Amino acid sequence: MKVTFPHMGQAYLAIKGLLDDLGIEVVVPPPITQKTLEIGTKLSPEMACLPLKINIGNYIESIEKGADTIIITGSCGPCRFGYYGVVQKEILNDLGYDVDMIIFDPPNSDYKAFIDRIRRLAGKNSWASIAQAFNRASTIVKEADEMLDIALKKRAREASRGDTDSKLYRFEREVMGKHGTREILETIRKYKVILSQVEENPEIWPLKIGLVGEIYTLIEPYVNLNIERKLGYMGVEVCRSLTLNEWVKVHLSLDIKHRVRHKRILKKAAPYLNLCVGGHAWQTIANSVYYSECGLDGIIQIMPFGCMPEIVAESILPKVSQDYGTPIMTLVVDEMTGEAGYFTRLEAFVDLLEQKRRRRADEYQESIFRG
Amino acid sequence: MNTKKAFLGVDVGSVSINVVAIDQENNLLGKIYVRTEGKPIQILKETMANMASMLPHDVEVKGVGTTGSGRELAAVVVGADVVKNEITAHGIAALTFVPDARTVIEIGGQDSKIIILRNGVVSDFAMNTVCAAGTGSFLDRQASRLNIPIEKFGELALKSKSPVRIAGRCAVFAESDMIHKQQMGCSCEDIIRGLCEALVRNYLNNVGKGKEILPRVVFQGGVAANVGIRKAFEDALGCEITVPEHYDVMGALGAAILAKDYASGGRKTKFKGFETIVKEEFTSRSFECSGCANYCEIVELMAGDSIAARWGGRCGRWSRSNRTAEKACAVI
Repeated sequence: MKVTFPHMGQAYLAIKGLLDDLGIEVVVPPPITQKTLEIGTKLSPEMACLPLKINIGNYIESIEKGADTIIITGSCGPCRFGYYGVVQKEILNDLGYDVDMIIFDPPNSDYKAFIDRIRRLAGKNSWASIAQAFNRASTIVKEADEMLDIALKKRAREASRGDTDSKLYRFEREVMGKHGTREILETIRKYKVILSQVEENPEIWPLKIGLVGEIYTLIEPYVNLNIERKLGYMGVEVCRSLTLNEWVKVHLSLDIKHRVRHKRILKKAAPYLNLCVGGHAWQTIANSVYYSECGLDGIIQIMPFGCMPEIVAESILPKVSQDYGTPIMTLVVDEMTGEAGYFTRLEAFVDLLEQKRRRRADEYQESIFRG
Repeated sequence: MNTKKAFLGVDVGSVSINVVAIDQENNLLGKIYVRTEGKPIQILKETMANMASMLPHDVEVKGVGTTGSGRELAAVVVGADVVKNEITAHGIAALTFVPDARTVIEIGGQDSKIIILRNGVVSDFAMNTVCAAGTGSFLDRQASRLNIPIEKFGELALKSKSPVRIAGRCAVFAESDMIHKQQMGCSCEDIIRGLCEALVRNYLNNVGKGKEILPRVVFQGGVAANVGIRKAFEDALGCEITVPEHYDVMGALGAAILAKDYASGGRKTKFKGFETIVKEEFTSRSFECSGCANYCEIVELMAGDSIAARWGGRCGRWSRSNRTAEKACAVI
């Protein structure tokens, strides 16, 4: 059995580590590129949303490298992601690929099916060792996100442009040669130290922008056209509302403290939206309110073209922006490759925030002189 | 001899190249509006030569700003101090020439935008996303299909007594609608008027969706010359529309004003000088980067024998700033 999985940001680190530990042969899909997208769009229904197409591209590229089993999480959620696994299986079958697909739906009621699937994947491993491997993998998720958070802070402040990213490139290359959770975790920790040593320019006073929106487009840099890097180079510190760690903690772990915090933030959306309308629309609204309360300079919502839950959120966000005075911009990503229009919008948005901040500072100074 | 200071603004858009020169008090010293004709570098060089002959001899260029979708290219060709996106440039120009402006409608060749100004700063903006139905290029195309010079388009629309309804959502639908109405025997004026109204409706529902459009409304960009569109906006918004004197070069003016601000800090300009710009030979070549499976098409712009700029990479290896590019290359 050679197992593969779709890409989603740094998820490959944890999944590879986990499967390595369980003694399962794993094929990490090649990094998402133009070719992945081309394969995906050619073989997927035209109306499907972008993440599904990229997933298909990942699978095909992995199958070409010898994979015969695919694992993917399900969601049973009221967003299209809920049927990704099933539809993708049909697509691959139609294409004549003889692959096995193991879909991990959240074990809401049917624990037996969930356990059966883990057993099918994990083979002869004992339950204790499976639990330990899962535990270590979730540590990878956590620490990888911490590493990225360091990078986000550093990129906006680095003394020499590109320092942070050259470290991250090196990390990506180094970590591919590692085997098992222990080695991967060591590499992550090593680079956390390296990244936190990147030299800062003390004169830079970054603007802060919060990213909200659909989880896949937020987490996968290829899909969001590297928005974090683009903003970082403009001297903006990016705050991410949805991370893998967040997702794992809310959906898979029993971390009570985190769940309470998650609920507390969700409650902030109450005046605008007080129920789940699918996907992460609720979280998008709640986090926008939360970021506004925290005093972030601006918020950017990202979604794939045609994402129903985020379209609902998009139409609510102007009200949030009006009530709190925080500028909010929506960016829609699709199969486009032209980055110019995207970049223009980002640059104009950052200009707008900069002007606003300068004005605020001027008014503050005036009030001091008057007082 | 006492030299006068001048600041240049260059707006390289999809359809037109605009170059303006202003003095210290934002007075226009010269403006040129020409079509890009798909050859931005060559046309830009010619335009700069024309600008040089247009300016008085005692004028010295102290700062240059570029904007528009070709701003990076223009910056390399002329040597710019400020490279700014169109939205900021248009916003600044509107605020400078119409200080009480609160809404800017800008319709250019390839895109249309709305800029909301409050308390003297840009507070919100939007650009058309997926559709070109509401832009100048589409009007251009329809004008040439009907064999009407684009300059006459607006006047003709005003002659209409009973405009027909044209679907404005999509350029393809609009065109088939127009042909349908034309084959039904509707007059050309009525169809054109209908098209103007459809375009405005499309703009307000798309770009202007959810935006608070307060007077004073400033209408700029090449399409503002079209009185038919102007009238349709006034009818739809129920308020007067201000078209500034230099509506067609507002982006370039904004860039020039930004260049002036830049120079006011006492910073020296990177402007290459008119003679160098005209003399310098630019060649470009493109190649496929084989660094990863993206196979990005990298365009390399050569000024004489040296590399002036590289564009097109996704990863930053051939990045916008060449300093970063060297660094990234060292890593990969």
